Amino acid sequence: MTAALGATPTIVLVGHGMVGQRFLEALAERGLTATHRVVVLCEEPRPAYDRVALTSYFSGKTPEDLSMTDMEFIETHGIELYIGDPAESVDREARKVTAKSGQVFEYDVLVLATGSYPFVPPVPNKDAEGCFVYRTIEDLLAIEEYAKTKATTGAVVGGGLLGLEAAGALKGLGVEAHIVEFAPRLMPVQVDDGGGAALLRTIEDMGLSVHTGVGTQEIVTDASGAVTGMKLSDGSELATDMVVFSAGVRPRDQLARDCGLTVGERGGITVDEQCRTVADPHVFAIGECALASDGRVYGLVAPGYEQAETAAATIASDEAAFVGADLSTKLKLLGVDVASFGDAHGTTEDCLDVVYADSRAGVYKKLVIGRDGELLGGILVGDAEAYGTLKAFTGSVPPVSPESLVLPAGAGAPAQLGPSALPDEAIICSCNNVTKGTIRGAVTDHQCTTVPEVKKCTKAGTTCGSCVKVLGQLINAELEASGVEVDKGLCGCFSQTREELYEIVLALRINTYQQLLDRYGREDARGGDGCEVCKPAVGSIIASLAPTIGASGYVLEGEQASLQDSNDHFLANLQKNGSYSVVPRIPGGEVTPEGLIVIGEIARDFGLYTKITGGQRIDMFGARVEQLPLIWTRLVDAGFESGHAYGKSLRTVKSCVGQTWCRYGVQDSVRMAIDLELRYRGLRSPHKLKSAVSGCQRECAEAQSKDFGVIATANGWNLYVGGNGGATPRHADLLAQDLSDAELIRLIDRFLMFYIRTADRLERTSVWLERIPGGLDHVRDVVVEDSLGICEELESLMADHVAHYADEWATTINDPEKLARFVSFVNAPDTPDPVVGFVPERDQMKPDLPLLSIGMRPAEEVLEGSAQR
Amino acid sequence: MTLAPEKTDLKIQLQLDGEADAWFTVCDLKALLPGRGVAALLPDGRQAALFMDRAGKLYAIDNRDPFGGAAVLSRGLTGTHQGRPFVASPLLKQRFDLETGECLDDEAVRVATYEVRAQ
Ligand code: SRM
Ligand SMILES: Cc1cc2nc3c(=O)[nH]c(=O)nc-3n(C[C@H](O)[C@H](O)[C@H](O)COP(=O)(O)OP(=O)(O)OC[C@H]3O[C@@H](n4cnc5c(N)ncnc54)[C@H](O)[C@@H]3O)c2cc1C
Ligand code: SF4
Ligand code: FES
Repeated sequence: MTAALGATPTIVLVGHGMVGQRFLEALAERGLTATHRVVVLCEEPRPAYDRVALTSYFSGKTPEDLSMTDMEFIETHGIELYIGDPAESVDREARKVTAKSGQVFEYDVLVLATGSYPFVPPVPNKDAEGCFVYRTIEDLLAIEEYAKTKATTGAVVGGGLLGLEAAGALKGLGVEAHIVEFAPRLMPVQVDDGGGAALLRTIEDMGLSVHTGVGTQEIVTDASGAVTGMKLSDGSELATDMVVFSAGVRPRDQLARDCGLTVGERGGITVDEQCRTVADPHVFAIGECALASDGRVYGLVAPGYEQAETAAATIASDEAAFVGADLSTKLKLLGVDVASFGDAHGTTEDCLDVVYADSRAGVYKKLVIGRDGELLGGILVGDAEAYGTLKAFTGSVPPVSPESLVLPAGAGAPAQLGPSALPDEAIICSCNNVTKGTIRGAVTDHQCTTVPEVKKCTKAGTTCGSCVKVLGQLINAELEASGVEVDKGLCGCFSQTREELYEIVLALRINTYQQLLDRYGREDARGGDGCEVCKPAVGSIIASLAPTIGASGYVLEGEQASLQDSNDHFLANLQKNGSYSVVPRIPGGEVTPEGLIVIGEIARDFGLYTKITGGQRIDMFGARVEQLPLIWTRLVDAGFESGHAYGKSLRTVKSCVGQTWCRYGVQDSVRMAIDLELRYRGLRSPHKLKSAVSGCQRECAEAQSKDFGVIATANGWNLYVGGNGGATPRHADLLAQDLSDAELIRLIDRFLMFYIRTADRLERTSVWLERIPGGLDHVRDVVVEDSLGICEELESLMADHVAHYADEWATTINDPEKLARFVSFVNAPDTPDPVVGFVPERDQMKPDLPLLSIGMRPAEEVLEGSAQR
Repeated sequence: MTLAPEKTDLKIQLQLDGEADAWFTVCDLKALLPGRGVAALLPDGRQAALFMDRAGKLYAIDNRDPFGGAAVLSRGLTGTHQGRPFVASPLLKQRFDLETGECLDDEAVRVATYEVRAQ
């Protein structure tokens, strides 16, 4: 661009949203901020922030957290940023912009990045008190305030991507949420009927009410003008205290219209491939306000970013063009997996669908395959695990059959399509248009070795975050391929694995963490304070070997207290509001009526929420930290012990009723379960240990899903190992058959001690068994055949543990110095933490979650709003 | 932040609102265990988390976990990362620099810090 001779040319940017900010960064990267005066008119009361992550405000992010503007960047580049001062008019003839404040700016280049506004259908009373839109931080602050003070029910108009986010947010605010969608299914733009059905099920299971196929006809208000309900097109009325409109967005093109720029029939400032307005070469339009050369207005951030780069390049006289973009999206709603990418609706000629649906599980996956077998697009509902990889394969022929890509793991031959199979041109991060080649380059040419480094270097993964998983896989693959040894060390403090540290501690009888760190830690970690990874891991090793290496068997003794994970340090499980849960041990699930009464009385006296757990015992929730000693004094008096629900140690040994009562039982499963639980209680291990004993092959105790499970036979016991429930369930493998009581216990002793010795931190037996070289056969060789000659040692280590076990709660309540730690405030031991509060639910109580956000927001008015509760 | 000499009757004090003379006495120095924290209730109702590292250096930051909202940072595990002392929240494990309050896992987040001394 040319300017009057001698004067610095001026670029005026109208709108400081996500795309505007990216445009400024692109200007700076091209050195244009040095050669130009850059003026930014920003309408909102704050500089650019992450609108895509807007909803995370409700999960605790502050407006500051969401900010995308580094004031240092603005200052170093000499950018003049006018916050809260929108452009009011443009005089294209004189090339001048007038702002609301009255300031006038002359420009050589004008860039419009004014975004969109939420569309509100023209229904009667749409502006009533209690009606909101969902676009800016100010909107969210208003919604939050109203939800907390005036509403118990809320309705969202629009069941699209944003509508679902808004409904999820209302629910999170404790408001009963309804979604009203005119189309016959949710997310009509992204998913098809099949996907909509699966999505509906998941959304309803989350406690949201969905009304599809109905429109909103009128907002009903009371005498004061506040919302009380909605009239729907099917004649029904929905009672609601507030309404959030999320029925789509419209480009903000008024400023452009007023100054005579060309706009599209359905809105949007018409631009060419360089993002220059077709009416005036001095004016550009980018982001959601622009009608791109392919005839579309893009409502996603990635195309906007590309337009920002294109406009900046054009201004710098570089060649660039924006000709269209991909519309892949993934819903960021907590607990729901929905994604669509590429040609999701199969509009390409001659394409075929590959569909897998399990409506019971709420899973629906569809891939659209082109004539030559190339992947064109797809829809994933209920399980969007493969989104990152599939999206990147779009446009190419995947190396495995499409069917195998949608089948669930375990059905047929599941294809584990790693990102290493991708071509270099594949787009890994679609928000920022970063290819696999660029990411590999970051690792090979720019020495990036971690996800944060690559994010910084390439911008990949910095927007919606859905590609971060694939990013991590790619980085590791690239590091390994280039021969860089991937550091297998436990953490930044130790280069050894957990197994190596165990051997060092055992062989050298090292019984403090400091000794281990100072002698065997990495050079720069010695003498330091360690970290949250190695401290509990070493604490656990010391605890499992305590009697043998001469350490105290009490996990709160001396230095050990400082190593324990926070839960172990308070011998209870921390809950989201800072209160604790209490789980007494109930060996084998057998409990006397007296025991039940004691637990009931304690729960009643301390006002605790009680629940039967999945592990055949009783959990009492909502204890304040200062109540723990009082509760445990009574439990210990009644003969209860710690159930170690907090520890990486033995949890429960479940049992069925077995031979004593059951007509099928062939052994006394209850007695065996109790014996095992009492034997291994308190044993610290790399991860938690669970067990069960069934009285016959009918397996009512689910022993085959446990780390060590026992099933009775006519001749004794079968021992299964490596079972797991949880996120990646695994059936246990049979280790040995028809064992006597003594044989069974000896074998479990060896198995557990071998696992504790060789597993990684936080590695359940199931994962360990799959990982260690030789797998089950090797473990059988070692613990049954004693191929390594270590069984005697393994047995004696276990004997030491059993002989020295003491209940840690009983020890604690008798130790005044330890008890002094169980207070909310060191300087006010009698004052409870005011953030820990409860509200009633179903005749018991639950955490008062809104209490957690009081005082968390800097904005004063929000503070006052929430304090009224 | 000061180094604590070997004295048992020392008290831990926090500076309130950056005022040079407004030192608020919290507790005995010996109430702190190296590598662990305690929480203190401040006169204005705010909560601070106090820590001592293995060398006896003291730190104080706000006790609220800015991600979850619960007042639990004092109960987290401490450590050092590239020379920066930190505490990891017991809720979702984000780490906070004990000297600057910066979240090491999310640059955009920071908790308040307090001057603290033993005297
Ligand atoms: C209370 C309970 C749920 C209930 O209301 O029934 C529960 C609650 C928790 N489970 Fe569980 N699990 C409970 C039974 C189970 C079961 C069922 C069972 O044991 O028969 C499983 C599947 C079986 C298994 O582990 O293989 C189970 C698989 C998990 C997992 C996934 C483990 C895995 O290997 O994938 C976790 C997460 C972890 O440990 O990393 C977990 C973690 C948790 C934590 C500790 C999460 C946390 O850190 O806050 C919860 C703590 C509760 C508390 O504060 O007291 N819980 N959890 C159950 C307590 C049983 C008990 O009496 O001790
Ligand atoms: C809750 C929510 C979730 C979303 N999730 C996703 C997602 O997962 N993925 C995705 O790709 N996209 C998502 N989006 C869309 C994404 O936020 C937008 O595509 C993106 O913000 C567009 O950027 P923009 O700069 O064009 O517009 P905006 O970010 O809206 O910025 C435009 C700015 O211009 C200002 N402005 C307007 N007129 C003037 C004027 N006359 N003078 C000065 N300033 C003016 C406005 O106040 C605004 O601040 C989401 C949007 C919302 C609301
Ligand atoms: S596992 Fe067998 S013995 Fe135990 S309850 Fe079931 S049927 Fe009866
Ligand atoms: S795909 Fe959104 S950040 Fe990478």
